[in-house]
Amino acid sequence: MITLEHYLFLGAIIFTLGVLGIFLNKKNLIIILMSIELILLSVNINFIAFSTYINDISGQIFAMLTLTVAAAEAAIGLAILVVFFRNLGSIEVNKINQLKG
Amino acid sequence: MVLYSLTFYLFSSVAVLSALMVISAKNPVHSVLFLILSFVNASGLFVLLGAEFLAMILVVVYVGAVAVLFLFVVMMLDINFVKLREGFLQYLPFGALLGIVLVIELGILFLTDRSSNIYKNQTPLQPIVNEVENTKMIGQILYTEYFYLFQICGIILLVAMIGSITLTLRDKGGVKRQNIDSQNTVDASTAIEKKKVKIGEGI
Repeated sequence: MITLEHYLFLGAIIFTLGVLGIFLNKKNLIIILMSIELILLSVNINFIAFSTYINDISGQIFAMLTLTVAAAEAAIGLAILVVFFRNLGSIEVNKINQLKG
Repeated sequence: MVLYSLTFYLFSSVAVLSALMVISAKNPVHSVLFLILSFVNASGLFVLLGAEFLAMILVVVYVGAVAVLFLFVVMMLDINFVKLREGFLQYLPFGALLGIVLVIELGILFLTDRSSNIYKNQTPLQPIVNEVENTKMIGQILYTEYFYLFQICGIILLVAMIGSITLTLRDKGGVKRQNIDSQNTVDASTAIEKKKVKIGEGI
C-alpha cells in the first residue's frame, strides 16, 4: 500500500541527492545547476503528494509556480554561465572571485 | 492495488537511481540525459498521483526546453571536463557525511511523527476520481482564485527572458546595421550626387 510517507521519503531522497550533488561537484557549475533542478523536483513531488492527500488542487497550482521559477532560474543561470565562460575560459566555481566578496 | 505499488516502486527507483547518476556521471552530457530520465519518471509519479496536467507540463517544459538548453550549453562550450572532476574524491567524505546526516534526520522526522494527526489514518494515497478532470479543475481555479499568481508567473518569465538576452548579447565590431533615422532624414540634396564622367574613364 502506497501512502503519503512513501512519496515524502522519495522527495527526501531526491532532495538529499541534489544537496549532495552540489557538494561533490564543487567545481562544475553545470552539475550544480542540475542539482538545483533536482532539489526543485523533490519540492514538486512533495507539493503534489500533499495536494492529492488533502484532495485540494491548490498544491498543483503552487507546483506550477515552482516549475516556472525553476525554468527561469535555469535560463538565467545558464546565461550567466555562458558569459562567465566567455570572460574566463573556464567554469570552475573557485575562480568566481572577481567581485572580491 | 498491487499494480499501483509496483508502478510506484518502478518509477521511484528509476528516478532515484538516475538522480544518483546525474551527480556522479563522468560526462556532463550523460548527466543531462540522466536528468531527463529522472524527470520523465517523476512525471510518471505525477500521473499516479492524479496530476496529469502537471505531468505533461513537466515533460514539455523540462525535457523539451530546460534539458535541451542544458545540452546546448554543455555541447557548445568547449569545457575541459576532466579538469573539473579533480576535486570529486576530495569532497566525497564530507559530502557523504552530509548526505547521511540529512537522510537520518529526515527519517527520524518521519518515523517519530507517526503518532501525530497526519499519519493517524493510513489511507492509501490515490487520487479521487472526480467528474471534472484534472486539467479543467486547474483551469477553473488558476484563472479565478490564483489569477495574480498566474500573472506574476508571466512577469517572472518575461524578466528571465530579458535578463538572459541582455546577459549574452554582445556587440561585434564591423556589423552593418540599418539606421532608420538617417534613412528617413535623407533628402535630394544629400542623396543624389552629380559627377562628370570623362569618356573612357571610371569615377
